[in-house]
Amino acid sequence: MLYFSRAKTFGILLLCGLGILLSLPNLSARPSFWPGFLPWNQVHMGLDLRGGSYLLLQIDTGAIAKQDLNALVDEARQTLRNAGLGYTGLHADLANNQVVLHPLEGQGQQAMAALQKLITYTPGSSSPSVALAQAPDGSITIAIPPATQATRNSQAVDQAITIIQRRIDGSGVLNPSIQRQGQDQIVVQLPGISDPERVKTLIGTTAHMTFQMVDATAPPGPVPPLGDEQLPMSGNPQQTLDVYANVAVDGASLENAQASTDPQSGQWVVNFSLNALGARQFADVTTANVGKLFAIVLDGKIIEAPVIREPITGGSGQISGNFTAQSATDLALLLRAGALPAPLNIVEEQSVGPELGADAIRAGALALGAGFVLVLAFMATFYGLFGWFANVALVMNLFLMLAILSVMGATLTLPGMAGILLTLGMAVDANVLINERVREEVKNGRKPLAALEAGYKRAYGTIIDSNVTTLLAHVTLFIFGSPPVRGFAVTICAGIVTTMFTATVLVRLITGRWYISRRPASLPV
Amino acid sequence: MFYRPMFRFVPDGTKIRFMNGRFAGLITSAVLSTASIILFFYPGLNLGLDFRGGVVLQVQTPQAADFPALRTALANAGLKDASLQAFGHGANGVLISLESRDSAAATQTSIQEAETALDKAAPGSKILSTQAIGASVSHQLFAQGLEALGLSFAMILAYIWFRFEWQFAVGAVATLLLDTTKAIGFMVLTRIPFDLVTIAAILTIIGYSTNDKVVVYDRVRENLRKYKTMPLRELIDLSINETLNRTLGTSGTVFLAALPLAMFGGHALSGFAWIMLFGIVVGTSSSIFIAAPILLFLGEQRLRRSAAPVKVTGK
Repeated sequence: MLYFSRAKTFGILLLCGLGILLSLPNLSARPSFWPGFLPWNQVHMGLDLRGGSYLLLQIDTGAIAKQDLNALVDEARQTLRNAGLGYTGLHADLANNQVVLHPLEGQGQQAMAALQKLITYTPGSSSPSVALAQAPDGSITIAIPPATQATRNSQAVDQAITIIQRRIDGSGVLNPSIQRQGQDQIVVQLPGISDPERVKTLIGTTAHMTFQMVDATAPPGPVPPLGDEQLPMSGNPQQTLDVYANVAVDGASLENAQASTDPQSGQWVVNFSLNALGARQFADVTTANVGKLFAIVLDGKIIEAPVIREPITGGSGQISGNFTAQSATDLALLLRAGALPAPLNIVEEQSVGPELGADAIRAGALALGAGFVLVLAFMATFYGLFGWFANVALVMNLFLMLAILSVMGATLTLPGMAGILLTLGMAVDANVLINERVREEVKNGRKPLAALEAGYKRAYGTIIDSNVTTLLAHVTLFIFGSPPVRGFAVTICAGIVTTMFTATVLVRLITGRWYISRRPASLPV
Repeated sequence: MFYRPMFRFVPDGTKIRFMNGRFAGLITSAVLSTASIILFFYPGLNLGLDFRGGVVLQVQTPQAADFPALRTALANAGLKDASLQAFGHGANGVLISLESRDSAAATQTSIQEAETALDKAAPGSKILSTQAIGASVSHQLFAQGLEALGLSFAMILAYIWFRFEWQFAVGAVATLLLDTTKAIGFMVLTRIPFDLVTIAAILTIIGYSTNDKVVVYDRVRENLRKYKTMPLRELIDLSINETLNRTLGTSGTVFLAALPLAMFGGHALSGFAWIMLFGIVVGTSSSIFIAAPILLFLGEQRLRRSAAPVKVTGK
């Protein structure tokens, strides 16, 4: 057990050297002699240590379903009208995710046949866009099947991720991470940001812009006439205007938007330009309505409602709504990046300022240092020379853990630091077991070499049993844990693997070399 | 210190008759665990933000924090549910907690209201951290946490079952349940918030405590083969005494590693570390006073019935 072949010794030392080498990136700058084939990876600091924001966003699937049903109502109306068929009670049934209508007496068959053309199949999907059914009372339901709805939601999440990516890139935040989680959630991680409120607004705004004409003929009062909607002014929510629900130009036709200052007034404004379709619509509507009020609506709030002084045919315009430099820049960014397919809600937020992160690192490092020294002192006091062998292995263990975590690109969180500390405490368990075993063998009258051999051999089973149970507990924690806790589980799992190596193989090598060179008559146990 | 060991926990040849105290140990443990279960229902765990939902802002005020003024300012801003708490070493740290809101949008609004109120009441305050968790997410996290806990139990049970005779597995899992309930009682008494990090602490205790039981059981199993005629009771006593130095040694190192964490680990980790310290003490004593007696009760007939060698691995 104590004799290692030359090749084996070399292998063990090589592994240790590699461990030290691969943990270097965390300790110093990249030296010029660093060979190209070795990775230069660092352990990532979690947001709780370096500061930053973690946002969990949930897409409003109800809003998507509502949009789709409303579109379906329009399609059904159009289809039946084109076919010259009458109907009553056409409406969207949100609770059951379907559209309901009653065809006129005797036209049920024809209506069903006409509506067949609403059923389409998207490539790569086996589920139809809608399912038609006729109830015994003659009413027709056009339902969106759950599978189709799920595909839609999933597409909406993908789309939202692209748009958030664009918005964040435009805002100057470095190294963001945006990932989907599950069916309808998005995780956004923004390291090192100092103003989480601004980014939250940037991400959380749907930014659906429309241009709608103000209905000057609407009577005052809380109830707008049919075909109108009453919208609040964004600067003063108490003040409302009645606008035509029919959208004159949709923000989807925006091609570009830039913030600038108006040369005359010196105020911040957003200049926008429209694509060809939008420009034509804009020209038509402004030509027909000179002298009337024209509302610029963002997410259901009117930013401003200027008077149309002359037809705007160039396809570009200006929004001025009491902006600051920041709000004008952000609005321009939102308009450039495009609207979210549905509102996003921030269901979880963890924002940590850089000061607090620095405090956490300091506290963690202090605890880590103190714990490390205490464990070293304990082993030296209780196990003498063999304790020191274990201590050498413990230092090596720290390097190997750091190397594994670096190569994996793992994230070190505050609980992760606690995990490193606990691993150090538990790592010496194997040495405690071996030393106690060797001691017993000596007491049973074995010679030093035999005692060492038997001690190592007998302790192995126990070491494996106890490490496997700990590993099992933490693998589950990793699978089910949230990000900070996952950081804890990762460090413990990495620690167990390195411990098995340093506490048994490496210590055995050191002990073996020591025994062969000294040939002691008795063991220091 | 450099060559020979300086101390030992217990001298060689120690023969403490642990099994004489088996009833006392089991009864004490049962009483403590029952009390913990009662505490669990009344007054109940102090649920952390992860599981309760709501908002916690960590704020640093420029001067010593004026709590009554802050409380009034927050109440005036419509945040009547705001609760304030000091944190950190100086007098400038304030934790503001808000209860869970109906919708995510309302939660975000309440954060903004709190920040505005804070700016007025104590201009120059810095928000060190913001944590907000919606009701749906907190339920999801809670379910996940309990799932992790349950699954760990099952996996440990399966492993011990596979490696040892069933009496050992039952003994280990019963002890783990007793340990876990006590940890929960400890959390109720100390008001350490129950959240994902403390679930991690409980899982670590479970792993550690199992580890401890495995070492004692390993020795019992070995001695069963070695001393074929020794009564089980004596044999268990012998095994505990033989492994006592190791048990105390490992507990000692883990305890020493966790101690600085409890003292300097800061707001976020001290709760975790105190549960660890508590769990180490409980886990170590339960290996001796609970897991071993259970094995004695379950195994008195079966493990010693025949003089034939006992099966070594598996069921």
